[in-house]
Amino acid sequence: MKSKGSLLLAVVVALCMGACGGGSGDKESKGKFAPPPVAKPLTFEEAKADWKNQKGLGPVTNVDLGELDDALAARGKEIYELKCTACHSPENEKLGPAPKGILERRTPEWIMNMILNPEEMAMKDPIGRGLLTKYNTVMANQGLSQDDARAVLEYFRTLK
Amino acid sequence: MKSMKLILMSLTLGSVFLFSGCGNGDGKGTGAIGSSGAAEKVYVAPGELDEYYQFFSGGFSGQVTVHGLPSGRLLKTIPVFATDGEKGYGFNEETKPMLMTTFGFVPWDDAHHPKLSQTNGEHDGNFLFINGNNTPRVARIDLTTFETTEIIQIPNTAGLHGSPYPTQNSEYLVAGTRFSVPIPQEDVSIDTYKENFKGTFTFISGGQEPGKMDIAFQILVPGYDYDLATSGKGPSHGWTFFTSYNVEQENTLKEKYASQYDKDYIAAVNWKKAEEYIAQGKFKEWPAEYYHNFYNDKTHTATATKKSGVKVLIPAECPGLVYYLPTPKSPHGVDVNPTGELIVGSGKLSADLTVHSFAKMLAAIEAESFDQEIDGIPVLNFEAIVAGTVASGGLGPLHTEFDGRGNAYTSFFISSEIVKWSTETFEVLDRIPSYYSIGHLSIPGGGSMKPWENGKYMISMNKITKDRYLPTGPELAHSAQLYDISGDKMELLLDFPTMGEPHYAQGILASKIIDRQVKFFPLEENEHTYKTLNEKDTRVERDGNEVHIYATMIRSHFAPDNIEGVKVGDKVYFHVTNLEQDWDVPHGLAIMGAQNAELLIMPGQTETLLWEPLTPGIFPFYCSDFCSALHQEMQGYVRVSPADSDVKLSWKLGDEGSGN
Repeated sequence: MKSKGSLLLAVVVALCMGACGGGSGDKESKGKFAPPPVAKPLTFEEAKADWKNQKGLGPVTNVDLGELDDALAARGKEIYELKCTACHSPENEKLGPAPKGILERRTPEWIMNMILNPEEMAMKDPIGRGLLTKYNTVMANQGLSQDDARAVLEYFRTLK
Repeated sequence: MKSMKLILMSLTLGSVFLFSGCGNGDGKGTGAIGSSGAAEKVYVAPGELDEYYQFFSGGFSGQVTVHGLPSGRLLKTIPVFATDGEKGYGFNEETKPMLMTTFGFVPWDDAHHPKLSQTNGEHDGNFLFINGNNTPRVARIDLTTFETTEIIQIPNTAGLHGSPYPTQNSEYLVAGTRFSVPIPQEDVSIDTYKENFKGTFTFISGGQEPGKMDIAFQILVPGYDYDLATSGKGPSHGWTFFTSYNVEQENTLKEKYASQYDKDYIAAVNWKKAEEYIAQGKFKEWPAEYYHNFYNDKTHTATATKKSGVKVLIPAECPGLVYYLPTPKSPHGVDVNPTGELIVGSGKLSADLTVHSFAKMLAAIEAESFDQEIDGIPVLNFEAIVAGTVASGGLGPLHTEFDGRGNAYTSFFISSEIVKWSTETFEVLDRIPSYYSIGHLSIPGGGSMKPWENGKYMISMNKITKDRYLPTGPELAHSAQLYDISGDKMELLLDFPTMGEPHYAQGILASKIIDRQVKFFPLEENEHTYKTLNEKDTRVERDGNEVHIYATMIRSHFAPDNIEGVKVGDKVYFHVTNLEQDWDVPHGLAIMGAQNAELLIMPGQTETLLWEPLTPGIFPFYCSDFCSALHQEMQGYVRVSPADSDVKLSWKLGDEGSGN
């Protein structure tokens, strides 16, 4: 009796699941850690070679650097020292890479997007994914505002 | 979404058919699945959010639990009156002061009535208040952090049951003493009860001002057992009502002797009049000591402040301050309907409910329709004030809440049911069983002037659950049950077990508080005395036999993580700051042999663990809250040397930050 019941339940479940066609596919995942896009991504090496065209993923699409703004850079240094130095030393690799000379290997947009949107960058951006593999960890999102990130970028310009 | 619901429904129906096909069940307790659509009504799909927050008292756990409705899912346990190792509450140095009382550090209580703060008689979503019954205390929970931020001890009180029941704008929280005692306390024979024992009503100010809770005044009243309370609203704003039993003033075998008289009293207190008397200086300054404990979200630290002295009003010296409303059969709950006109008294040894009219009460006071006077308190004539009686057909009425459609819902403990009745005609409209032995019931907003969505859900809180869940030895969980009350007939939707005794609960529409949640504490605003905001400032300092470790944590390391020079006999304080600035990234600190608990430190917060190592050796510490792919690597060592050792204090992290 019991086994018949279980069998029937299994059939009902199977039929329902079949009708459903997997179900959740029609709804976009809300999670931060969505699977990478299907289109063939650049490899880490290819993306680094193409770095001048790599702006990353996030809120920043265009940065006009202009003249170095000392006051902004000083503010950026303060923010960096409070929120970043647990993992990043300015000149030497610590837990993550050092920002020294970063503008010779990444675009300003990519840098700001990495600061503001590290989770998505680690999952979907070809350079971000490469760095995740290299450093074994997703960079912490330190909750900087876009203005804060711009200030930190200005500070990075002084690290040559 | 729709298709998922259909599938779920077919599964539910399928299961019903299958189970009935199996001949399982004797029909007992089938209410929950007896009606179609119940499963659909409580199904909150993965990734979807509940409609309501429902705050449950944890009863004798001393805590508050937060569940979502309609799913019943447990969202959080908020430690309030009891220590909680999970969160380090009452174990870390910052929160120990929260549990200080004039009796010393009291790490447990019996939490009873969670009540939401009100503005204009509506739940405003600012705070939740709850009383501790055993060692009289009232706590504030901040609904931006879901943390206990303030606890005030209530002096001249024993058994704080009728509390906190805020007034319409949370001008006051109130408290009545369930056990009368000598006031001030003294060493007397218990048999001198009638002569020496008194009761008090307490009005606590500062409900809407964090850090400002204080005893505004107390009212000295005859030595009855004051049980529950409710504050008026609308026309009855300015009044608070307290039920009493044991008007007999017996002090032994109360089960029998405190139930001899046909009627006890609901005390009606005109607190606006009290304010006038206070302003006129007609109070007495009585000695009383009590603690006020406040947790500051900037210093991340609680302070415990001992206060003394209270203002006491004596009814015989303050005419018009207190009146007694005779109410049959040891009234337990007293509840005022959303219009503020009806005062429902639930005589717990009765079958019927007594409903007093506030307008009639005022008229009776005006006409001086008094039957007698007790210690200067006029007893109003019963017939002059009663609006009607609900002939319920049930037994043991306890508590009443309201929808916004003119209906009242009363719980009946003895007959284990809920009775719905009309506040217009006092006729019974519907009844439904609860499983089993319901105490309080709760309609989100149902105690305020504006029940949410005109009363959509109702929760019953049940004391007994035998045979409702898989058995778990002699101790079984209590339970809550969710009912749909949007239609004419009440419908049982869901059973779920609860923590401790779910004594009472209040709910609020999620949208009222969802957007004000704190996600992390900005490092720039951290004012903790022992904060460390930068790894370069991490250090270890010795002061006699005290060792202070100024440490930081971020995914996934501590700084420092190697510490030497600690000795047996030292008091080692780990002051740890979580440098994360992202939501949902707390870190923990656990150290082998610590005789307290872990630290669980929110992003941007600093907490302190005291550790007193007893033996030399190497002691590992680690992060106890899974934080990243390298969580297992988040660990460190402390070397402990004998008391007379000359190992120098030193610390390091990797190749940097070596000190001394």
